Amino acid sequence: MSAVGHEVHGHDDHGHDAHEHHHKDTFITKYIFSIDHKMIAKQYLITGIIMGVIGVGMSLLFRMQIAWPEESFKIFEILLGDKFAPDGVMRNDIYLALVTIHGTIMVFFVLTAGLSGTFSNLLIPLQIGARDMASGFMNMISYWLFFLSAVIMIMSLFVEAGPASAGWTIYPPLSALPQAIPGSGTGMTLWLVSMAIFIASSLMGSLNYVVTVINLRTKGMSMTRLPLTIWAFFITAVIGIVSFPVLLSAALLLIFDRSFGTSFFLSDIFIAGEVLHYQGGSPVLFEHLFWFLGHPEVYIVILPAMGLVSEIMATNSRKPIFGYRAMITSILAIAFLSTIVWGHHMFVSGMNPFLGSVFTFTTLLIAIPSAVKAFNWITTLWRGNLQLNPAMLFSIGMVSTFITGGLTGIILGDSTLDINVHDTYFVIAHFHLVMGISALYGMFAGIYHWFPKMFGRMMNKNLGYIHFWVTAVCAYGVFFPMHFIGLAGLPRRYYTNTAFPLFDDLADVNVLITLFAIVGAAFQIVFLWNFFYSIFKGKRAPQNPWRANTLEWTTPVEHIHGNWPGEIPEVYRWPYDYSKPGHDEDFVMQTVPMKEGEEVLHH
Amino acid sequence: MTSLLVIIVLVLLGIAIWQLTKIFHLTQVGAANNDEFSEVANDRDNNVNGYLMFGFIGFIYIGTIYSLLKWGHLVLGTPASEHGPDYDNLMAISMWLIFIVQGLTQFLLHYFAFKHRGKEGNKAFYYADNDKLEFIWTIIPVIVLAGLILYGLYAWTNIMFIDQEKEDTVLVEVYAKQFSWEVRYAGPDGVLGKANVRYIEGVNTLGVDMSDPNAQDDIVATELHLPKGKQVVFKFRSQDVLHSAYFPHFRAQMNVVPGMVTEFAFVPTVNTDDMRQDEGIMKKVANINEIRSKKSAQLVAEGKTALDPYTFDYLLLCNKICGASHYNMQMKVVVEDDADFKKWLSDKETLASAVKKSKEDAAKPAEPAGQAVPVKGADSTAAAKPDSTMVAQVIKK
Repeated sequence: MSAVGHEVHGHDDHGHDAHEHHHKDTFITKYIFSIDHKMIAKQYLITGIIMGVIGVGMSLLFRMQIAWPEESFKIFEILLGDKFAPDGVMRNDIYLALVTIHGTIMVFFVLTAGLSGTFSNLLIPLQIGARDMASGFMNMISYWLFFLSAVIMIMSLFVEAGPASAGWTIYPPLSALPQAIPGSGTGMTLWLVSMAIFIASSLMGSLNYVVTVINLRTKGMSMTRLPLTIWAFFITAVIGIVSFPVLLSAALLLIFDRSFGTSFFLSDIFIAGEVLHYQGGSPVLFEHLFWFLGHPEVYIVILPAMGLVSEIMATNSRKPIFGYRAMITSILAIAFLSTIVWGHHMFVSGMNPFLGSVFTFTTLLIAIPSAVKAFNWITTLWRGNLQLNPAMLFSIGMVSTFITGGLTGIILGDSTLDINVHDTYFVIAHFHLVMGISALYGMFAGIYHWFPKMFGRMMNKNLGYIHFWVTAVCAYGVFFPMHFIGLAGLPRRYYTNTAFPLFDDLADVNVLITLFAIVGAAFQIVFLWNFFYSIFKGKRAPQNPWRANTLEWTTPVEHIHGNWPGEIPEVYRWPYDYSKPGHDEDFVMQTVPMKEGEEVLHH
Repeated sequence: MTSLLVIIVLVLLGIAIWQLTKIFHLTQVGAANNDEFSEVANDRDNNVNGYLMFGFIGFIYIGTIYSLLKWGHLVLGTPASEHGPDYDNLMAISMWLIFIVQGLTQFLLHYFAFKHRGKEGNKAFYYADNDKLEFIWTIIPVIVLAGLILYGLYAWTNIMFIDQEKEDTVLVEVYAKQFSWEVRYAGPDGVLGKANVRYIEGVNTLGVDMSDPNAQDDIVATELHLPKGKQVVFKFRSQDVLHSAYFPHFRAQMNVVPGMVTEFAFVPTVNTDDMRQDEGIMKKVANINEIRSKKSAQLVAEGKTALDPYTFDYLLLCNKICGASHYNMQMKVVVEDDADFKKWLSDKETLASAVKKSKEDAAKPAEPAGQAVPVKGADSTAAAKPDSTMVAQVIKK
């Protein structure tokens, strides 16, 4: 990670050299306000991991409350304080606050910025053969806006009335009226400010990714020679550009309603003994605007994970990814469909039932490209020579949870069936498996796989194995039983279920879920230890530890600004020539020219 | 006590991790080949993890079967509405499909991971694409989903597009506020009077426009009674935030949105009394009462009051986050024969007379004893239902 001085820049014919003038990097320009995409990737990753620890920690707190309702815990007193947890008993609005911030942090700060931010930044220039992002400066601003939004989100936890507590979907009027819940005061203001900054950050990042992929590919790197990771990041960025601005407008209108007395989302409200002046607005409008981002958002989360898994699976199977073009087509199809399915979150919102029919149709269509992807992954494993590295295990795990979680989407995407499982724990089980756990697995896979590229050292594989197997069992242990309590009609976001004797028989399931969650979370410490220890003390990585084909493994282990010491390598083939007949090694790097008479064996 | 247990569990876990790492390190001692120190999977790792992958098939299968046996009975049983069986049927078909696909794909995935685990010297089969295969697994989901979509849309249309002109329809307004429900029946004229939150005053907690002639015979109640076998059309209104009216036993749900009126309709088909005799419900109630009596014994030992035994009732729950006491926003629903329903309704005082009475004599309670139409001042709406928990009162400022 040191040694910047000795690079020699070739005059590549891309004419793009982020870094003509040589000057010694200071600590600040190298580690803090860095414009090097590799450093920015690491910054995203570490910020994401810290946010992840906070987000998962919160889930443990509220899981403990739901398993042992209204019991006093020392840990609540310590972490939440006497005001949020008097005598160690969690207050009911604080439960909702924890649920809200857990959702927000995990979806936006960990799985959007932490996952896509890390790997888009790291891999796009490295895998397409570029010296850096199209705009390194914008990239830097993008990270620091993200950092700022994370700080504001964390700050909102310390507001006197509590942080935002209207659910991560912040439906007004609950989120608009401090009279309705204390968290909708300053806490919600900070939430909205934080998200507005986050969106600005995300847009800058996405624009940069798109421009870089389109313009800065090295010689020979046609779009159909791109690794699937790049395809996934590219399309993810496009979805982000299309949908995030809509959330920004929703947030702005909500700020107007809250602070300037407009009535975009509010109408006819009588609360705390008085009629408010709002007239003519509609909360359903907010739901439309929110989910116009919100649904693509889940694909923004899962597509990068899919890309990482495709790449890792091919490399470790020593086999080409099966159906490369079908994989790209399904990414495109998912991206397109993802922007016209948002209404399936609103089947019972009071919108016209005919719209429900349309959205059922488009929603179930999205199962087709998803199924194609799943089958292609399974076929990729078939007759491979599987190298079961931790990254590979997490990739297989990702396919497993993606299938398990995705299948219940057939129920939730069907407007009829959604009627009775809407907003129950069945939904929680579904989306945690299909986009929460799956995306986390994708992220873990990516971290184990590209750790040598990021830090020049290897992570310990045995700790990786322990991490995977315990996590795999616990993830199912947490979310599989949730389907049952959901089908029993248990609504989500209940502080305690004891108000309903009807649900008394679900209590022991909830205890079991919480125990699995605690064990699963505890074993993430193994990962954290492995990660931070290996940064400093891990074994030195060889240049291409996994014997992979893609361009990032042609760069030196020690990072240099500009990525390649000489000319940027030229690309002669697609990235998946693993175990190609006619070659001695079981991998052929993209930089290896086609042999005389060698045929392209894929379509 | 529990926190102590949690701490113990955490400590034991820590020890377990430490020991596991040691074991893993020890297993590596024998394997003295070149890549031992490279942190890249070697044959031994592939073997161990390959077998674990195989074991994971067992975990998934056994876990699924165990869950079905142990928790299958928790799933909602006999539906109590006319469209319920249709709903359950569609659910059953989807579930079968899911279990079959899940069983198959998870097996293939993990079995391939086991079967083709890497071995030094093996070479993978270069297999980049196959149009036929890909076509097959595109077209199969297309056909299956087309079937599901058609059935789903058929059921959806039946449920959602209601014939409001149908004779003998009961019209009920369900009114939501933090954190309670109220209902308003249209009365003999079959029409609900106009309403807006701006009319809320005294006993007129629903904001009914008392100058509307249609409003004169409207009846307000805090318990939802429904006649068996008649179509009930619900009109939902909220006075403050979003709520969701969730009737799990009737397979019915609709959000309640301030500023607009949403609708849902169903035909209740099973009386409360008959449902209490339902086999599944009887088992469930017995089980719950066993749990409650155990808990009661514990509570009594701690010097607290015991829990009431549970009898089954249909419920209306709030299922959209609506504030601190969202978890306790419920209303009892009673399904009875039409005659009983009519009698119950006719015993009720109309809102008009309640308003009149309360105006005549503000000091006197507005409703005859035994009827719980809330006698609330307008200012009590923020926490309309007193909370049963101490915690809830903390935030009530």
